[in-house]
Amino acid sequence: MLTFTIRRLLTAVPTLLFISLVIFLLLELAPGDPMAQVPLTVPPEVKQRMREALGLGEPVPVRFYKWLVQMFWIEPKVFIDWMTRDSWLLGWLPDTALYSGEQRVISWQTRSPVMDIIVQRLPQTLWVVGMAYVIGVLIALPIGIISAYRQYSVFDQVGTFVSMIGFSIPPFFSGVVVIVIFSVQLGWFPSIYDTTHRVVDWETFKVQISQMVMPVMVLALQTTAQISRFMRASMLDNLGQDYVRTARAKGMRERTVVLIHVLRNSMIPVVTVIALGVPSIFGGAIITEQIFKVNGIGQLFITALKANDLPMVLTVAFIFAFLIVLFNLIADVLYGVLDPRIRYD
Amino acid sequence: MTDQTATADPAPVKAAKERGQWADVWAQFRTHKGALIGSGVFLTIVATVLFGPYIWTVDPGYQDFRSRNMRHILACFSLPWGEIASCFTSPDTAAVNVTWVHPLGTDNIGRDTLARLLFGGRISMAVGLTAMAIALLLGTLIGILSGYFRRIDGPLMRLTDLFLALPLLPLLLVMVLLFRERLSSAFGPEGGIFILIVCGIGITSWMPTARIVRGDVLALKEREFVLAARSIGTRPARMILRHVLPNVMSPIMVSATLGIATAIITESALSFLGLGFPPDFPTWGRLLNDGVQYMQQYPERVVWPGALISVVVLSVNYIGDGLRDALDPRIRGL
Repeated sequence: MLTFTIRRLLTAVPTLLFISLVIFLLLELAPGDPMAQVPLTVPPEVKQRMREALGLGEPVPVRFYKWLVQMFWIEPKVFIDWMTRDSWLLGWLPDTALYSGEQRVISWQTRSPVMDIIVQRLPQTLWVVGMAYVIGVLIALPIGIISAYRQYSVFDQVGTFVSMIGFSIPPFFSGVVVIVIFSVQLGWFPSIYDTTHRVVDWETFKVQISQMVMPVMVLALQTTAQISRFMRASMLDNLGQDYVRTARAKGMRERTVVLIHVLRNSMIPVVTVIALGVPSIFGGAIITEQIFKVNGIGQLFITALKANDLPMVLTVAFIFAFLIVLFNLIADVLYGVLDPRIRYD
Repeated sequence: MTDQTATADPAPVKAAKERGQWADVWAQFRTHKGALIGSGVFLTIVATVLFGPYIWTVDPGYQDFRSRNMRHILACFSLPWGEIASCFTSPDTAAVNVTWVHPLGTDNIGRDTLARLLFGGRISMAVGLTAMAIALLLGTLIGILSGYFRRIDGPLMRLTDLFLALPLLPLLLVMVLLFRERLSSAFGPEGGIFILIVCGIGITSWMPTARIVRGDVLALKEREFVLAARSIGTRPARMILRHVLPNVMSPIMVSATLGIATAIITESALSFLGLGFPPDFPTWGRLLNDGVQYMQQYPERVVWPGALISVVVLSVNYIGDGLRDALDPRIRGL
């Protein structure tokens, strides 16, 4: 198992390098010029120097190499410094002070380090998207279990239909519909997510909950639809197995048979599906954040793209790719850990 | 056995009419109620957007400045009971802003919503079908090549894994933004963006098909009829076209239906984010995006296109479900 994990980790490195190269080369073709806004009165040699200050004007391989160094060597140093200086987790350690003023990845929009902006945006995305995913999974599992146990019952039929709808209604429509119903017609929830809101007491907590309800609902509908289907199929596969009959024949209570024997075995594929779904949720957040005006990482990506801020686009896209590779790895390893029948080596 | 009975009995019981594989598939497909309703709805919508513009001949780009921001005719039902009938017969004098000239209303510069929906449906459908065809072609090609020729199996599957690890929606957005200008100048603003979106969706969604087809081809290669064909000296090209391809048609057809759904949703998502077709060239996603600004006063501008997208995707998903059951020989004929 350990050798498998290490081997997978090693193959993940070239994958990530290839993906970052693809994104980098794609952005290399971008027609925009970051110097387009500079007044014409600026002499060309000054313009050239400004261009070099932004890291342009060098051949492509050199710039790609520099980006790799900044991303994988300098940014981790900054991160470790921050951990040992300001975070509550490791703040008691002495300040490492690894970072000594090297060039970091700079955004063309704000001329500040890209990673700093991403770190500011991440909590909003994680809070809304992560919460939605957890809730979606928590709703989906019981639905899948009951649907499978009472196959072809009314509950199962309704569950199938609702999950079909969840599959089919794209989030940019379901989001708009819940805004029209709950925000415009009924006036229950605000349609815009206020990220400056701070929770200090019970009242502000209620406001926070009410502004999270709609985005979480929209994202959770999709998650629930997919995962409850997987859960149902997996439970159905297991309910017909011989060991279930054996367990019943031994005189075990139905609850034990279903919730312990069958559920544990059916969770194996479902857990990996849950792990694989995490990165795709971040991709879907691009749309949901746009609808509810959450200033998270997806919204950052869209604005950077429209403003032609290539370092920002490159870095955020790389983070998305990194999440996909990471969770693929986690799913593979989990599969081996949970199911002892699976041997990778 | 049959010969003997035939000779013994001068008038043999005529065997049930010979039925091909596709008749069996159709018989099984018919038992799936959701799939039947789904295909009915899908065909109706396709026929409507195909032939609708010949019946409803209003130009979707014509700006009727006298009647901007018209409500749809059903808005009459929001009136008090006594006024509903008169609202339908003489809408000009009613308290709501409706007219029979534009039964589904108009947008903020007076373009007819019904005409725009019909026209937009054509584009959305065309994008869905073409992108699906490209993805299917790529996926089948790569799946068959890597399943049939062991030497290129490894590299092709690594390529598939790499594509699966790409963040697709962000990359599509990047591609659209980068190549829009260039393709627009080469093929015109609409043609360029059509080619771009269709190719983009096709290139980013062939991977599941390739994997399924490869798995099926690997299993087929071990079957006796393939061995028999090879032993009489069939060449690989002929073998693939004649023996392998017809046998992997069923997974390809299922992923084709699901591919239409994803392509339509992806195109609408791009248009919704403002990175799809130009504003004067409506698609359902674009109409939805345009309607979002006005959804407080005119919720119908969001609801029509959104409901159409959802209904099409829902019906296509049901068709895919029914096809999967119908094409599975283990279920068929039960």
